[in-house]
Amino acid sequence: MRGRGTAVLVAVALGALGACGGGGDDGAQASGGTSASPSGDGGLSGTLTVFAAASLTDVFTGLGEQLEGDDPDLTVQFNFAGSSALATQLTQGAPADVFASANPTQMAVVTDAGLADGDPTVFTANVLQIAVPAGNPAGITGLADFGREDLALAVCAPEVPCGAAAEDVFAAAGVTPLPDTQEEDVRAALTKVELGEVDAALVYATDVTAAGDAVEGIAFPEAEDAVNDYPLVTLAEAPNADAAQAFVDLVLSDEGQQALEAAGFRSP
Amino acid sequence: MRRPRTPAPLLVPAALAVAFLVLPLAGLLVRTPWSQLGTLLTAPGVGQALRLSLVSATLATLVSVVLGVPLAWVLARSRARGRAVLRALVTVPLVLPPVVGGVALFLVLGRQGIVGRWLAEATGITIPFTTTAVVIAETFVAMPFLVISVEGALRAADARYEDAAATLGADRWTTFRRVTLPLVAPGVAAGAVLCWARALGEFGATITFAGNFPGTTQTMPLAVYLALQRDPQAAIVLSLVLLVVSVATLLLLRDRWLGRGAAA
Repeated sequence: MRGRGTAVLVAVALGALGACGGGGDDGAQASGGTSASPSGDGGLSGTLTVFAAASLTDVFTGLGEQLEGDDPDLTVQFNFAGSSALATQLTQGAPADVFASANPTQMAVVTDAGLADGDPTVFTANVLQIAVPAGNPAGITGLADFGREDLALAVCAPEVPCGAAAEDVFAAAGVTPLPDTQEEDVRAALTKVELGEVDAALVYATDVTAAGDAVEGIAFPEAEDAVNDYPLVTLAEAPNADAAQAFVDLVLSDEGQQALEAAGFRSP
Repeated sequence: MRRPRTPAPLLVPAALAVAFLVLPLAGLLVRTPWSQLGTLLTAPGVGQALRLSLVSATLATLVSVVLGVPLAWVLARSRARGRAVLRALVTVPLVLPPVVGGVALFLVLGRQGIVGRWLAEATGITIPFTTTAVVIAETFVAMPFLVISVEGALRAADARYEDAAATLGADRWTTFRRVTLPLVAPGVAAGAVLCWARALGEFGATITFAGNFPGTTQTMPLAVYLALQRDPQAAIVLSLVLLVVSVATLLLLRDRWLGRGAAA
Protein backbone atom coordinates (compact mmCIF):
# COMPACT_ATOMS: atom_id res chain seq x y z
CA MET A 1 0.00 0.00 0.00
CA ARG A 2 2.69 2.38 1.04
CA GLY A 3 4.92 1.51 -1.88
CA ARG A 4 2.12 1.90 -4.36
CA GLY A 5 1.20 5.25 -2.88
CA THR A 6 4.74 6.50 -3.33
CA ALA A 7 4.87 5.15 -6.88
CA VAL A 8 1.70 7.02 -7.77
CA LEU A 9 3.11 10.17 -6.21
CA VAL A 10 6.28 9.85 -8.28
CA ALA A 11 4.29 9.13 -11.42
CA VAL A 12 2.19 12.26 -10.90
CA ALA A 13 5.29 14.36 -10.26
CA LEU A 14 6.96 12.99 -13.36
CA GLY A 15 3.86 13.69 -15.40
CA ALA A 16 4.08 17.31 -14.35
CA LEU A 17 7.78 17.41 -15.14
CA GLY A 18 7.23 15.71 -18.46
CA ALA A 19 4.80 18.47 -19.39
CA CYS A 20 7.54 21.03 -18.73
CA GLY A 21 10.28 19.11 -20.45
CA GLY A 22 8.38 18.06 -23.55
CA GLY A 23 10.74 20.04 -25.74
CA GLY A 24 13.64 18.14 -24.22
CA ASP A 25 12.38 14.81 -25.48
CA ASP A 26 12.04 16.07 -29.01
CA GLY A 27 15.46 17.66 -28.88
CA ALA A 28 17.09 14.53 -27.58
CA GLN A 29 15.54 12.43 -30.32
CA ALA A 30 16.53 14.93 -32.96
CA SER A 31 20.11 14.84 -31.73
CA GLY A 32 20.20 11.08 -32.13
CA GLY A 33 19.49 11.51 -35.81
CA THR A 34 21.87 14.35 -36.52
CA SER A 35 24.89 13.62 -34.35
CA ALA A 36 26.27 11.38 -37.09
CA SER A 37 26.84 14.36 -39.39
CA PRO A 38 29.68 16.30 -37.84
CA SER A 39 30.02 19.98 -38.58
CA GLY A 40 31.44 23.09 -36.88
CA ASP A 41 34.81 23.41 -35.21
CA GLY A 42 34.47 20.66 -32.65
CA GLY A 43 32.36 18.53 -34.93
CA LEU A 44 29.43 18.52 -32.52
CA SER A 45 25.79 18.99 -33.45
CA GLY A 46 22.31 18.22 -32.27
CA THR A 47 21.15 18.77 -28.73
CA LEU A 48 23.06 18.14 -25.54
CA THR A 49 20.92 17.65 -22.46
CA VAL A 50 22.60 18.26 -19.09
CA PHE A 51 20.90 17.49 -15.77
CA ALA A 52 22.68 19.54 -13.12
CA ALA A 53 22.25 20.55 -9.48
CA ALA A 54 20.62 23.96 -9.07
CA SER A 55 23.75 25.45 -7.45
CA LEU A 56 25.57 24.99 -10.78
CA THR A 57 23.09 27.13 -12.73
CA ASP A 58 25.31 30.15 -13.39
CA VAL A 59 28.57 28.33 -14.09
CA PHE A 60 27.09 25.60 -16.29
CA THR A 61 24.96 28.03 -18.28
CA GLY A 62 28.15 29.95 -19.09
CA LEU A 63 30.03 26.78 -20.05
CA GLY A 64 27.10 25.65 -22.18
CA GLU A 65 27.09 28.91 -24.09
CA GLN A 66 30.81 28.55 -24.65
CA LEU A 67 30.34 25.06 -26.10
CA GLU A 68 27.58 26.37 -28.36
CA GLY A 69 29.88 29.18 -29.49
CA ASP A 70 32.52 26.65 -30.50
CA ASP A 71 30.02 24.41 -32.29
CA PRO A 72 27.23 26.47 -33.86
CA ASP A 73 25.26 23.35 -34.74
CA LEU A 74 25.07 22.30 -31.13
CA THR A 75 22.26 23.27 -28.78
CA VAL A 76 22.89 22.79 -25.07
CA GLN A 77 19.90 22.55 -22.81
CA PHE A 78 19.89 22.28 -19.05
CA ASN A 79 17.60 20.86 -16.45
CA PHE A 80 18.59 22.54 -13.18
CA ALA A 81 16.91 21.24 -10.04
CA GLY A 82 17.66 19.65 -6.70
CA SER A 83 19.95 16.64 -7.12
CA SER A 84 17.44 14.23 -5.61
CA ALA A 85 14.70 15.37 -8.00
CA LEU A 86 17.09 14.95 -10.94
CA ALA A 87 18.14 11.48 -9.81
CA THR A 88 14.47 10.48 -9.57
CA GLN A 89 13.78 11.79 -13.06
CA LEU A 90 16.75 9.87 -14.48
CA THR A 91 15.81 6.60 -12.81
CA GLN A 92 12.28 7.07 -14.18
CA GLY A 93 13.68 7.22 -17.71
CA ALA A 94 14.19 10.90 -18.48
CA PRO A 95 16.58 11.16 -21.46
CA ALA A 96 19.81 13.03 -20.69
CA ASP A 97 23.48 13.06 -21.68
CA VAL A 98 25.21 14.31 -18.54
CA PHE A 99 24.31 14.28 -14.86
CA ALA A 100 26.07 16.57 -12.37
CA SER A 101 25.03 16.03 -8.75
CA ALA A 102 25.59 18.24 -5.72
CA ASN A 103 26.39 15.19 -3.61
CA PRO A 104 27.66 11.63 -4.02
CA THR A 105 24.48 10.15 -2.49
CA GLN A 106 22.25 11.16 -5.37
CA MET A 107 24.94 10.21 -7.90
CA ALA A 108 24.93 6.75 -6.33
CA VAL A 109 21.19 6.50 -7.00
CA VAL A 110 21.92 6.90 -10.70
CA THR A 111 25.03 4.72 -10.87
CA ASP A 112 23.37 1.95 -8.82
CA ALA A 113 20.55 1.93 -11.35
CA GLY A 114 23.14 1.18 -14.03
CA LEU A 115 22.47 4.40 -15.89
CA ALA A 116 26.01 5.82 -15.87
CA ASP A 117 28.64 5.34 -18.54
CA GLY A 118 31.73 4.58 -16.44
CA ASP A 119 32.59 5.97 -13.03
CA PRO A 120 31.62 9.49 -11.94
CA THR A 121 34.35 12.12 -11.59
CA VAL A 122 34.36 14.57 -8.70
CA PHE A 123 34.78 17.86 -10.53
CA THR A 124 34.37 20.42 -7.77
CA ALA A 125 33.40 20.86 -4.13
CA ASN A 126 31.49 23.25 -1.96
CA VAL A 127 32.25 24.07 1.65
CA LEU A 128 30.34 25.92 4.33
CA GLN A 129 31.15 29.52 5.09
CA ILE A 130 29.88 31.97 7.67
CA ALA A 131 27.80 34.65 5.98
CA VAL A 132 27.65 38.00 7.77
CA PRO A 133 26.08 41.32 6.77
CA ALA A 134 28.43 43.69 4.95
CA GLY A 135 30.92 45.16 7.43
CA ASN A 136 30.39 42.29 9.88
CA PRO A 137 28.70 44.50 12.52
CA ALA A 138 28.75 41.82 15.23
CA GLY A 139 32.46 41.12 14.74
CA ILE A 140 32.07 37.41 13.99
CA THR A 141 35.42 35.64 13.81
CA GLY A 142 34.69 31.94 13.63
CA LEU A 143 32.43 29.01 14.27
CA ALA A 144 32.64 29.44 18.06
CA ASP A 145 30.53 32.60 17.75
CA PHE A 146 27.55 30.36 16.92
CA GLY A 147 27.50 29.37 20.57
CA ARG A 148 26.92 32.94 21.74
CA GLU A 149 23.53 33.59 23.23
CA ASP A 150 23.60 37.35 22.64
CA LEU A 151 23.77 37.08 18.84
CA ALA A 152 20.99 36.51 16.32
CA LEU A 153 22.08 33.43 14.37
CA ALA A 154 20.66 31.33 11.55
CA VAL A 155 21.56 27.83 10.42
CA CYS A 156 19.78 25.56 7.96
CA ALA A 157 17.27 23.08 9.39
CA PRO A 158 18.76 19.61 9.94
CA GLU A 159 16.25 18.22 7.42
CA VAL A 160 17.94 19.98 4.48
CA PRO A 161 21.48 19.28 3.16
CA CYS A 162 23.13 22.51 4.34
CA GLY A 163 21.71 21.86 7.82
CA ALA A 164 23.10 18.34 7.89
CA ALA A 165 26.50 19.71 6.89
CA ALA A 166 26.22 22.35 9.62
CA GLU A 167 25.62 19.65 12.23
CA ASP A 168 28.80 17.91 11.06
CA VAL A 169 31.02 20.97 11.40
CA PHE A 170 29.60 21.89 14.79
CA ALA A 171 30.22 18.36 16.02
CA ALA A 172 33.76 18.45 14.66
CA ALA A 173 34.43 21.83 16.25
CA GLY A 174 32.84 20.89 19.56
CA VAL A 175 30.59 23.92 19.39
CA THR A 176 27.03 23.74 20.68
CA PRO A 177 25.20 26.12 18.39
CA LEU A 178 22.49 28.42 19.74
CA PRO A 179 20.67 29.45 16.57
CA ASP A 180 17.57 31.64 16.70
CA THR A 181 16.18 30.02 13.60
CA GLN A 182 16.64 26.88 11.51
CA GLU A 183 15.99 28.00 7.98
CA GLU A 184 14.21 25.93 5.36
CA ASP A 185 16.93 26.56 2.79
CA VAL A 186 20.11 28.51 2.13
CA ARG A 187 18.28 31.27 0.30
CA ALA A 188 16.05 32.02 3.31
CA ALA A 189 19.09 32.12 5.61
CA LEU A 190 20.86 34.55 3.26
CA THR A 191 17.83 36.85 3.06
CA LYS A 192 18.00 37.32 6.82
CA VAL A 193 21.70 38.16 6.58
CA GLU A 194 21.06 40.62 3.75
CA LEU A 195 18.35 42.34 5.81
CA GLY A 196 20.72 42.51 8.79
CA GLU A 197 18.23 40.58 10.92
CA VAL A 198 20.77 37.95 11.90
CA ASP A 199 24.42 38.53 12.78
CA ALA A 200 25.57 35.42 11.00
CA ALA A 201 24.32 32.40 9.08
CA LEU A 202 26.02 29.19 8.06
CA VAL A 203 25.68 28.66 4.29
CA TYR A 204 27.71 27.40 1.34
CA ALA A 205 30.62 29.43 -0.01
CA THR A 206 28.98 29.63 -3.44
CA ASP A 207 25.87 31.15 -1.90
CA VAL A 208 27.98 33.88 -0.32
CA THR A 209 29.56 34.66 -3.69
CA ALA A 210 26.18 34.71 -5.42
CA ALA A 211 24.70 37.06 -2.81
CA GLY A 212 26.98 39.92 -3.89
CA ASP A 213 28.06 42.92 -1.83
CA ALA A 214 25.40 42.80 0.89
CA VAL A 215 26.98 39.68 2.36
CA GLU A 216 30.53 38.84 3.40
CA GLY A 217 31.89 35.32 3.82
CA ILE A 218 34.18 34.09 6.56
CA ALA A 219 35.97 30.80 5.94
CA PHE A 220 36.70 28.59 8.93
CA PRO A 221 38.95 25.55 9.27
CA GLU A 222 36.27 23.15 10.53
CA ALA A 223 34.52 23.44 7.14
CA GLU A 224 36.95 20.75 5.97
CA ASP A 225 34.93 18.23 7.98
CA ALA A 226 31.89 18.64 5.76
CA VAL A 227 33.20 19.07 2.23
CA ASN A 228 30.44 18.55 -0.26
CA ASP A 229 31.81 16.81 -3.36
CA TYR A 230 30.14 17.31 -6.73
CA PRO A 231 30.41 14.29 -9.06
CA LEU A 232 29.44 14.25 -12.71
CA VAL A 233 29.08 11.46 -15.24
CA THR A 234 28.01 10.84 -18.81
CA LEU A 235 24.99 8.60 -19.07
CA ALA A 236 24.99 5.20 -20.70
CA GLU A 237 21.93 5.95 -22.82
CA ALA A 238 23.16 9.41 -23.78
CA PRO A 239 21.52 10.39 -27.09
CA ASN A 240 24.49 12.66 -27.85
CA ALA A 241 27.52 10.90 -26.37
CA ASP A 242 30.15 12.97 -28.22
CA ALA A 243 28.76 16.26 -26.99
CA ALA A 244 28.37 14.77 -23.49
CA GLN A 245 32.07 13.93 -23.38
CA ALA A 246 32.97 17.38 -24.73
CA PHE A 247 30.96 19.02 -21.97
CA VAL A 248 32.56 16.89 -19.26
CA ASP A 249 36.02 17.71 -20.69
CA LEU A 250 35.19 21.40 -20.64
CA VAL A 251 34.06 21.25 -17.00
CA LEU A 252 37.28 19.45 -16.02
CA SER A 253 39.52 21.78 -18.08
CA ASP A 254 41.40 24.70 -16.52
CA GLU A 255 38.82 27.00 -18.01
CA GLY A 256 35.92 25.15 -16.44
CA GLN A 257 37.67 24.91 -13.11
CA GLN A 258 38.38 28.67 -13.14
CA ALA A 259 34.73 29.43 -13.81
CA LEU A 260 33.75 27.21 -10.87
CA GLU A 261 36.29 28.88 -8.59
CA ALA A 262 35.04 32.32 -9.58
CA ALA A 263 31.60 31.24 -8.40
CA GLY A 264 32.93 30.20 -4.99
CA PHE A 265 33.44 26.49 -5.68
CA ARG A 266 36.84 25.03 -5.09
CA SER A 267 38.98 22.35 -6.62
CA PRO A 268 38.08 18.83 -5.54
CA MET B 1 -41.57 25.93 5.61
CA ARG B 2 -40.06 23.21 3.46
CA ARG B 3 -36.65 23.88 2.04
CA PRO B 4 -36.69 24.14 -1.75
CA ARG B 5 -35.04 21.36 -3.76
CA THR B 6 -31.75 22.25 -5.39
CA PRO B 7 -32.34 23.52 -8.96
CA ALA B 8 -30.90 21.07 -11.48
CA PRO B 9 -28.46 23.54 -13.15
CA LEU B 10 -26.76 24.02 -9.78
CA LEU B 11 -26.28 20.34 -9.07
CA VAL B 12 -23.49 19.54 -11.54
CA PRO B 13 -21.22 22.51 -10.75
CA ALA B 14 -21.88 21.99 -7.04
CA ALA B 15 -20.86 18.34 -7.33
CA LEU B 16 -17.74 19.36 -9.28
CA ALA B 17 -16.88 21.86 -6.56
CA VAL B 18 -17.20 19.17 -3.91
CA ALA B 19 -15.00 16.80 -5.89
CA PHE B 20 -12.40 19.53 -6.48
CA LEU B 21 -12.22 20.48 -2.82
CA VAL B 22 -12.54 17.06 -1.25
CA LEU B 23 -10.45 14.82 -3.53
CA PRO B 24 -7.06 16.22 -2.43
CA LEU B 25 -8.19 15.51 1.11
CA ALA B 26 -9.09 11.96 0.15
CA GLY B 27 -5.64 11.72 -1.44
CA LEU B 28 -4.02 12.56 1.87
CA LEU B 29 -6.08 9.91 3.62
CA VAL B 30 -5.20 7.26 1.05
CA ARG B 31 -1.48 8.01 1.38
CA THR B 32 -1.45 8.04 5.14
CA PRO B 33 0.88 5.33 6.46
CA TRP B 34 -1.60 4.06 9.03
CA SER B 35 0.73 1.37 10.36
CA GLN B 36 3.35 3.96 11.34
CA LEU B 37 0.83 6.45 12.64
CA GLY B 38 1.65 5.88 16.30
CA THR B 39 5.41 6.22 15.87
CA LEU B 40 5.15 9.31 13.72
CA LEU B 41 2.64 10.99 15.98
CA THR B 42 4.64 10.49 19.14
CA ALA B 43 7.81 11.77 17.50
CA PRO B 44 9.34 14.60 19.51
CA GLY B 45 8.16 18.00 18.50
CA VAL B 46 4.77 17.08 17.03
CA GLY B 47 2.79 17.97 20.15
CA GLN B 48 4.93 21.05 20.63
CA ALA B 49 4.32 22.29 17.10
CA LEU B 50 0.60 21.57 17.32
CA ARG B 51 0.27 23.42 20.62
CA LEU B 52 2.21 26.38 19.29
CA SER B 53 0.01 26.46 16.18
CA LEU B 54 -3.23 26.43 18.15
CA VAL B 55 -2.06 29.04 20.66
CA SER B 56 -0.63 31.43 18.10
CA ALA B 57 -3.60 31.13 15.71
CA THR B 58 -6.00 31.78 18.59
CA LEU B 59 -4.02 34.80 19.79
CA ALA B 60 -3.85 36.12 16.23
CA THR B 61 -7.63 35.75 15.96
CA LEU B 62 -8.19 37.59 19.26
CA VAL B 63 -5.97 40.47 18.13
CA SER B 64 -7.76 40.50 14.78
CA VAL B 65 -11.19 40.70 16.44
CA VAL B 66 -10.16 43.46 18.84
CA LEU B 67 -8.62 45.58 16.09
CA GLY B 68 -10.49 44.34 13.02
CA VAL B 69 -14.12 44.80 14.13
CA PRO B 70 -13.61 48.53 14.78
CA LEU B 71 -11.81 48.83 11.45
CA ALA B 72 -14.70 47.09 9.70
CA TRP B 73 -17.09 49.57 11.32
CA VAL B 74 -15.02 52.48 10.04
CA LEU B 75 -15.02 50.99 6.54
CA ALA B 76 -18.76 50.26 6.54
CA ARG B 77 -20.26 53.15 8.48
CA SER B 78 -18.00 56.15 8.88
CA ARG B 79 -18.18 59.04 6.47
CA ALA B 80 -14.42 59.51 6.50
CA ARG B 81 -12.98 60.38 3.13
CA GLY B 82 -10.73 57.94 1.35
CA ARG B 83 -12.52 54.87 2.65
CA ALA B 84 -12.16 53.13 -0.72
CA VAL B 85 -8.40 53.66 -0.63
CA LEU B 86 -8.29 52.53 2.98
CA ARG B 87 -10.22 49.37 2.15
CA ALA B 88 -7.86 48.58 -0.71
CA LEU B 89 -4.86 49.14 1.56
CA VAL B 90 -6.05 46.91 4.39
CA THR B 91 -6.76 44.06 2.02
CA VAL B 92 -3.24 44.19 0.55
CA PRO B 93 -2.11 41.25 2.74
CA LEU B 94 -4.69 39.13 0.89
CA VAL B 95 -2.91 39.53 -2.42
CA LEU B 96 0.65 39.91 -1.16
CA PRO B 97 2.68 36.70 -1.37
CA PRO B 98 3.11 35.82 2.32
CA VAL B 99 6.90 35.63 2.01
CA VAL B 100 6.90 39.23 0.82
CA GLY B 101 4.65 40.04 3.77
CA GLY B 102 7.31 38.53 6.03
CA VAL B 103 10.04 40.67 4.49
CA ALA B 104 7.79 43.74 4.84
CA LEU B 105 7.34 42.94 8.53
CA PHE B 106 11.14 42.79 8.88
CA LEU B 107 11.42 46.23 7.29
CA VAL B 108 9.09 47.67 9.92
CA LEU B 109 9.48 45.49 13.02
CA GLY B 110 12.85 43.81 12.43
CA ARG B 111 15.81 44.94 14.48
CA GLN B 112 16.92 47.05 11.49
CA GLY B 113 13.29 48.05 10.78
CA ILE B 114 11.74 51.51 11.04
CA VAL B 115 9.94 50.78 14.32
CA GLY B 116 11.96 47.77 15.40
CA ARG B 117 15.26 49.63 15.46
CA TRP B 118 13.80 52.22 17.80
CA LEU B 119 12.22 49.51 19.96
CA ALA B 120 15.51 47.65 20.23
CA GLU B 121 17.39 50.80 21.21
CA ALA B 122 14.80 51.95 23.74
CA THR B 123 13.96 48.65 25.41
CA GLY B 124 16.40 46.04 24.15
CA ILE B 125 13.46 44.00 22.83
CA THR B 126 13.72 42.46 19.37
CA ILE B 127 10.67 40.83 17.83
CA PRO B 128 11.90 38.51 15.05
CA PHE B 129 12.43 34.83 15.88
CA THR B 130 10.03 34.91 18.85
CA THR B 131 6.55 33.50 19.39
CA THR B 132 5.33 37.11 19.35
CA ALA B 133 6.64 37.33 15.79
CA VAL B 134 4.59 34.24 14.89
CA VAL B 135 1.42 35.89 16.21
CA ILE B 136 2.24 39.15 14.39
CA ALA B 137 2.89 37.38 11.09
CA GLU B 138 -0.34 35.37 11.38
CA THR B 139 -2.35 38.44 12.35
CA PHE B 140 -0.96 40.37 9.40
CA VAL B 141 -2.04 37.71 6.94
CA ALA B 142 -5.33 36.69 8.57
CA MET B 143 -6.92 39.90 9.83
CA PRO B 144 -8.16 41.07 6.41
CA PHE B 145 -10.39 37.98 6.22
CA LEU B 146 -12.13 39.07 9.40
CA VAL B 147 -12.36 42.70 8.34
CA ILE B 148 -13.95 41.84 5.01
CA SER B 149 -16.52 39.48 6.55
CA VAL B 150 -17.50 41.89 9.30
CA GLU B 151 -17.70 44.80 6.89
CA GLY B 152 -20.03 42.76 4.68
CA ALA B 153 -22.20 41.88 7.68
CA LEU B 154 -22.35 45.54 8.73
CA ARG B 155 -23.42 46.63 5.27
CA ALA B 156 -26.12 43.96 5.15
CA ALA B 157 -27.41 44.82 8.65
CA ASP B 158 -30.47 47.04 8.81
CA ALA B 159 -29.28 50.48 9.95
CA ARG B 160 -32.79 51.42 11.06
CA TYR B 161 -32.30 49.51 14.32
CA GLU B 162 -29.38 51.77 15.09
CA ASP B 163 -31.43 54.82 14.18
CA ALA B 164 -34.20 53.64 16.48
CA ALA B 165 -31.71 53.15 19.32
CA ALA B 166 -30.39 56.65 18.76
CA THR B 167 -33.94 58.05 18.76
CA LEU B 168 -34.55 56.34 22.09
CA GLY B 169 -31.59 58.17 23.57
CA ALA B 170 -28.77 55.66 23.34
CA ASP B 171 -25.39 57.23 22.70
CA ARG B 172 -23.27 55.98 19.80
CA TRP B 173 -21.08 53.69 21.90
CA THR B 174 -24.10 52.09 23.57
CA THR B 175 -25.75 51.66 20.18
CA PHE B 176 -22.67 49.94 18.87
CA ARG B 177 -22.41 47.61 21.87
CA ARG B 178 -26.07 46.81 22.38
CA VAL B 179 -27.51 46.95 18.88
CA THR B 180 -24.90 46.81 16.12
CA LEU B 181 -22.63 44.16 17.58
CA PRO B 182 -25.42 41.61 18.35
CA LEU B 183 -26.82 42.26 14.90
CA VAL B 184 -23.56 41.36 13.15
CA ALA B 185 -22.47 38.64 15.63
CA PRO B 186 -22.84 35.84 13.06
CA GLY B 187 -20.67 37.83 10.65
CA VAL B 188 -18.04 38.37 13.34
CA ALA B 189 -18.11 34.68 14.17
CA ALA B 190 -17.76 33.65 10.53
CA GLY B 191 -14.95 36.15 10.06
CA ALA B 192 -13.17 34.93 13.18
CA VAL B 193 -13.38 31.32 11.98
CA LEU B 194 -11.94 32.26 8.58
CA CYS B 195 -9.25 34.29 10.28
CA TRP B 196 -8.35 31.45 12.65
CA ALA B 197 -8.21 28.91 9.83
CA ARG B 198 -5.97 31.17 7.75
CA ALA B 199 -3.70 31.84 10.73
CA LEU B 200 -3.46 28.12 11.50
CA GLY B 201 -2.28 27.33 7.98
CA GLU B 202 0.06 30.33 7.72
CA PHE B 203 3.49 29.47 6.39
CA GLY B 204 5.31 32.07 4.29
CA ALA B 205 5.16 35.16 6.48
CA THR B 206 5.81 33.08 9.59
CA ILE B 207 8.91 31.27 8.36
CA THR B 208 10.29 34.54 7.01
CA PHE B 209 9.59 36.90 9.89
CA ALA B 210 9.58 34.48 12.83
CA GLY B 211 12.01 31.93 11.46
CA ASN B 212 11.83 28.28 12.37
CA PHE B 213 12.85 26.99 15.77
CA PRO B 214 11.19 24.04 17.51
CA GLY B 215 9.16 25.13 20.52
CA THR B 216 9.46 28.84 19.83
CA THR B 217 8.40 29.49 16.27
CA GLN B 218 7.98 26.13 14.54
CA THR B 219 4.25 25.85 13.87
CA MET B 220 2.66 22.81 12.21
CA PRO B 221 2.85 24.12 8.63
CA LEU B 222 6.59 24.72 9.10
CA ALA B 223 7.04 21.27 10.61
CA VAL B 224 5.14 19.77 7.67
CA TYR B 225 7.29 21.58 5.13
CA LEU B 226 10.55 20.48 6.73
CA ALA B 227 9.34 16.91 7.22
CA LEU B 228 8.62 16.87 3.49
CA GLN B 229 12.33 17.42 2.84
CA ARG B 230 13.31 14.23 4.61
CA ASP B 231 10.32 11.99 5.15
CA PRO B 232 7.19 12.57 3.02
CA GLN B 233 5.26 9.97 5.03
CA ALA B 234 5.79 11.95 8.22
CA ALA B 235 4.72 15.12 6.42
CA ILE B 236 1.43 13.48 5.44
CA VAL B 237 0.77 12.41 9.01
CA LEU B 238 1.51 15.90 10.31
CA SER B 239 -0.82 17.41 7.72
CA LEU B 240 -3.51 15.00 8.75
CA VAL B 241 -3.15 15.96 12.41
CA LEU B 242 -3.47 19.63 11.57
CA LEU B 243 -6.46 18.86 9.41
CA VAL B 244 -8.29 16.75 11.99
CA VAL B 245 -7.70 19.25 14.78
CA SER B 246 -8.84 22.22 12.70
CA VAL B 247 -11.94 20.49 11.33
CA ALA B 248 -12.90 19.26 14.81
CA THR B 249 -12.48 22.73 16.23
CA LEU B 250 -14.56 24.32 13.51
CA LEU B 251 -17.35 21.76 13.91
CA LEU B 252 -17.44 22.30 17.66
CA LEU B 253 -17.59 26.05 17.23
CA ARG B 254 -20.24 25.76 14.56
CA ASP B 255 -22.60 24.01 16.94
CA ARG B 256 -22.08 26.59 19.63
CA TRP B 257 -21.83 29.70 17.64
CA LEU B 258 -22.46 29.67 13.96
CA GLY B 259 -25.27 27.12 14.18
CA ARG B 260 -27.42 29.47 16.19
CA GLY B 261 -26.34 32.44 14.11
CA ALA B 262 -27.13 30.70 10.86
CA ALA B 263 -30.53 29.53 12.10
CA ALA B 264 -31.52 33.02 13.26
